[in-house]
Amino acid sequence: MNVTDTSITPTDLGGYASEEAESENFLSYPKGIMSWLVTLDHKRIGILYLICILTAFFIGGMFALLIRTELLTPGATIVDADTYNQLFTLHGAIMIFLFIIPGIPAALGNFALPLMLGAKDVAFPRLNLMSWYLWLIGAAFTVFSLVNGGADTGWTFYTPYSTQTDGAIISITMGVFILGFSSIFTGLNFLVTIHRLRPPGMTWFKMPLFLWGIYGTAIMQVLATPVIGITMLLLIVERTLGFGIFDPALGGDPVLFQHFFWFYSHPAVYIMILPALAIMSEIFSVFSRKHIFGYKFIAFSSIVLAILSFLVWGHHMFPSGQSELANFVFSALTFSVSIPTAIKMFNWLATMYKGEIVLKTPMLYALSFMFLFGIGGLTGLFLGSLAVDIHLHDTYFVVAHFHYVMFGGTVIAFLAGLHYWWPKVFGRMYNEKLGAIGAAIIFVGFNMTFLAQFVMGSQGMPRRYYNYIDEYTIYHHISTGGSFIMAIGFFLIAGYLLHSLLKGKRAPANPWGGNTLEWHIPSPPPYYNFKEAPTVGDPYDFSELEWDDRIEGYVFRKAEGSA
Amino acid sequence: MSKKHSSDGAGHAEHPKWMQHHFDTPSQQFASSKMGMWLFLATEVLLFAGLFCAYTVYRANHMDMFVFGHQFLDVKWGAINTCVLLFSSLTAAWSVRAAQLGQKGLMIALLFITLLCGGAFMAIKYVEYSHKIHDGLLWGTKYKPAGHAAEVIHGEEAHAAGELGGAHGRVDEGHTEAEQVAGIEAAHGEGAAEAPAAGGDALATDGAQAAGAQAAAPAAQGEGVELPADVLAIDVAERSTTLPAAIGPRGLVPVAEEGHDDGHGAGHHWEGPIPDNVHIFFGIYFGMTGLHGIHVLIGMIILGWLIYRALKNDFSPEYFTPVDLGVLYWHLVDLIWIFLFPLLYLIG
Amino acid sequence: MGALLTALAGLALAGKEKTFWLPKQSSTAAAAIDWVWGFIFWISAVFFFIIVGLTILFAIQYRARKGYATAKKHSSHNTVLELTWTIIPTILLIPIFWYGFKAYLDLTVPPANSYEIGVTAQRWAWMFTYPNGYVDENLHVPVDRPVKLVMQSEDVIHSFFVPNFRVKRDVVPGRYNITWFEATEVGDHVIFCTEYCGTGHSDMMSKVVVHPSGEFETWLEDASNFLDKLSPAEGGEMLYSMRGCKQCHTIDGSVRIGPSFKGIWGAQHALTTGEQVTVDGNYVRQSIMDPASQVVAGYDAVMPTYKGRLKDQEITAIIAYIKSLQ
Repeated sequence: MNVTDTSITPTDLGGYASEEAESENFLSYPKGIMSWLVTLDHKRIGILYLICILTAFFIGGMFALLIRTELLTPGATIVDADTYNQLFTLHGAIMIFLFIIPGIPAALGNFALPLMLGAKDVAFPRLNLMSWYLWLIGAAFTVFSLVNGGADTGWTFYTPYSTQTDGAIISITMGVFILGFSSIFTGLNFLVTIHRLRPPGMTWFKMPLFLWGIYGTAIMQVLATPVIGITMLLLIVERTLGFGIFDPALGGDPVLFQHFFWFYSHPAVYIMILPALAIMSEIFSVFSRKHIFGYKFIAFSSIVLAILSFLVWGHHMFPSGQSELANFVFSALTFSVSIPTAIKMFNWLATMYKGEIVLKTPMLYALSFMFLFGIGGLTGLFLGSLAVDIHLHDTYFVVAHFHYVMFGGTVIAFLAGLHYWWPKVFGRMYNEKLGAIGAAIIFVGFNMTFLAQFVMGSQGMPRRYYNYIDEYTIYHHISTGGSFIMAIGFFLIAGYLLHSLLKGKRAPANPWGGNTLEWHIPSPPPYYNFKEAPTVGDPYDFSELEWDDRIEGYVFRKAEGSA
Repeated sequence: MSKKHSSDGAGHAEHPKWMQHHFDTPSQQFASSKMGMWLFLATEVLLFAGLFCAYTVYRANHMDMFVFGHQFLDVKWGAINTCVLLFSSLTAAWSVRAAQLGQKGLMIALLFITLLCGGAFMAIKYVEYSHKIHDGLLWGTKYKPAGHAAEVIHGEEAHAAGELGGAHGRVDEGHTEAEQVAGIEAAHGEGAAEAPAAGGDALATDGAQAAGAQAAAPAAQGEGVELPADVLAIDVAERSTTLPAAIGPRGLVPVAEEGHDDGHGAGHHWEGPIPDNVHIFFGIYFGMTGLHGIHVLIGMIILGWLIYRALKNDFSPEYFTPVDLGVLYWHLVDLIWIFLFPLLYLIG
Repeated sequence: MGALLTALAGLALAGKEKTFWLPKQSSTAAAAIDWVWGFIFWISAVFFFIIVGLTILFAIQYRARKGYATAKKHSSHNTVLELTWTIIPTILLIPIFWYGFKAYLDLTVPPANSYEIGVTAQRWAWMFTYPNGYVDENLHVPVDRPVKLVMQSEDVIHSFFVPNFRVKRDVVPGRYNITWFEATEVGDHVIFCTEYCGTGHSDMMSKVVVHPSGEFETWLEDASNFLDKLSPAEGGEMLYSMRGCKQCHTIDGSVRIGPSFKGIWGAQHALTTGEQVTVDGNYVRQSIMDPASQVVAGYDAVMPTYKGRLKDQEITAIIAYIKSLQ
């Protein structure tokens, strides 16, 4: 069937030519649970990841609610101090290692990256599946620590506390070690895919910006993650064999552990945020119906961020007693990180300027991203400044800052991306009204939870506190209230998304009018992705797209050959 | 289903079986595999980089610990192992050439020699490790010098303290235990006496405790039941026939010359005080060589798998990617050792 | 928005008193740090209002009313403009960094005439050692005089934090970390531990007591001689709270980190080794000097040694106190 203006019918099934052809979509072909568990299809692996990371997000979120409930009053509210310590440790470890790090690259990236490249799959499909299984094994080790005595070190595992405390530290560090390899293999796969599997015509500067972001992320995954691997191994031999490298009682240096840990964990912060920025670049352009402004600045700023991320880890240790020179250098370099971030935000604003802004759910998340990530980024200036950081270090100000970046930035972008690609992945539309309400509830609840934490943090409330002095009670009340509002928002989102899977309206091939290659094929995509190598144009040129009321989606004005 | 999807882009019947469907050309597949392997090697280097960093930090801060500790490593075995691995890299590289030219028999033979070299390396490593274990020259809490090593470490301290003048004169099986304990006590007293002098205030008592605790570890072992004189006697006898591993500075006193009477004392000469926390050096030694050893084992498994596949006729001049990549991995293992050897064995 | 206005109002009044954002300024460093804080706050506020203001403005101004729209052709880049918003923030970052660094340098170098106090952190108590050897649970300092703290940890990493002074420094086992401050406000100021250290982390609090000029010396002399003025049991009670015993050992029979002191005198204790011991003077002394040697069954060996930290007279007083808790 030719896709021309006249041939589109209201019954068009997401761009498939016929119902028979529609059974070729990757969700239904091949069939059977085993076909999913041994699948080499990047789209299915993406969905497997999506299910897993959302489960992890749910568990981590429940821990967060327990933590907030416990903090409603000073002293014991619902659990004792040791349980509380395990709760925040697992909340951190699950959210970071099981949810955010694999979140956008492994779930959404796995689905979208080869499609955007016009490729049939990632370079190493078997390695891709192995990454997912490694994730499962790592997750099992991490969560096993919960029933195996619990881990109470905080997700940072600082020595010598982590070498002395009881509990399942080995289990959780083994989990982190294995999850690290899952992340390395994903990054390695994406790097090779982007380098070797681009179709003819797609030069580096014709790649969608999402790919630039994932590319920068993958560099960090490959180059930083091995260091957390060796760090966790050293921690394990420290505990099991009494190695003594980090143990001050044996002449070791506990601060060396912090250097090792943050050499990975600071780039890890960018592993979390860079794909989020990449999603934003797509959404701002598509929903402003306007070419992205300053493509090259955005693309290069992703790579600059990836490189700078390796040079600033020392800012996590300003009060630890490292030399003044080190503090000087790390503080100066830390500020340089804000420049590429600022460039992106201004470029997005310029993209919106004089656009035709379509306020659909993904765009609503993008708008709240500007607000939340704006606060998250700007409060980073306080923490980068040496003198001010001395006061704010390890207080709730830091907790609020990284939640504004990780949640206000990455989770909001993840939700934006999820809503953006949802019709493409599952071929169903969700309820737009509920989507808007959900985004609003999350926005309000989130700000309530964490703005209060900025104030109590700068007033001096330290983090990881089970008990606190009465002065801080009011802030904790507000914060806990906000967290419950957020929980309601998430249940609403989960509700309408599940509903859309079962009863949602069929999605057209291109509901938002995107011009990256995944929008050129039916929704959900056929299992083979592209019948033949697609022609590559400017991914942000929307002049060939126009709205068609009958399918409630966009169509390409010129015929593109068979669908 | 297959009928229905006959027109899809996935089936390429004309491709050889090793060609994966999502690649367009064999060269694209080869380039991708090779790039993937190089990236993986980069992660391996970074895995070791953590240990190299630890090495650098401790060596920069405690050079004396490294100079003192390295004399217990045997340069001879280390050098032999270096040659073994260098030779194995040659045979490995040659096997790729053989694969390219389709010389199947030669390729298998060369891979097998490489595998044997790996085995030889591990065997030598085993000999070195067992000497270290035997002498108690291990990491952290397991660092409990025994026998000759204890002689060097504690005998010297005792000598400095003026308690054990005759230690160097007669090294026979009987004296070891008693004098070792005496030496430790001397060291203990010395540490306790020195620390307050250095600190001079209330805080300094901790320095004394630290020194005391450090000396206490070997003391516990010396006084414990695990080293009765007869066991020690056997140890010493054994050692005299095998290895110069624990023989003090330079560690290269030939076995024949290792006279129990005089060569010993000369070999152990160490100027100045014994550095603190020598176990950190051994921790780093075991950490680095241990992780490297694991990589050698993995490399051997890969070589074995390559031989198996070669025997199955899986490779041809058109397709030998696994041989190429496996050998790349082996080169990395080799390369890391090239760094480890001088860093650990050739200090000072 | 309301909160924001209060915040702005609070900053306008920035002075010694507690504001919406920051606690009371009670040290010389606080004023300098708060100035940098305000400087960054206002720059951030301006940028925040530009970014969010424009986002909202554009979203309203250019919204497509129909829920879909046809693409527009506009310039897709403007190098001069983009360089402008790269360079302006870069220039602004230089003073932010520089003022922060300058104020930080002042925090790190104690004046030569500083009064030196030793700080010992252990799970989960602070102990302050004065030059005459007296040890107290609270940090007593004279007002308007620089005080230098030489800090060490008995076990894991802790961090010494006084919000009102804007002073924070990690206390790392195996090394001495130094910090200093000059208090400007007489009164009590809370001390927190800000590096996570386990179960009692959030209870590891103490206070700085700032004495008016001239009164500090008198206090120190009185305090140092408390054992001479009190009965041994009363002195022991003082030591019990001052030297960190009470963080782990209760006197009401309830169990915390270690066994309660109530009624243990003369009792039989089962040790982790399976032995039975009678709690007498020698046992208590041994448990203070070498805690790991005789651990009561059911408890972890987490207590640090007090060898060299308690004088014989003090141990005797503690024994007398435990004896009195029948």
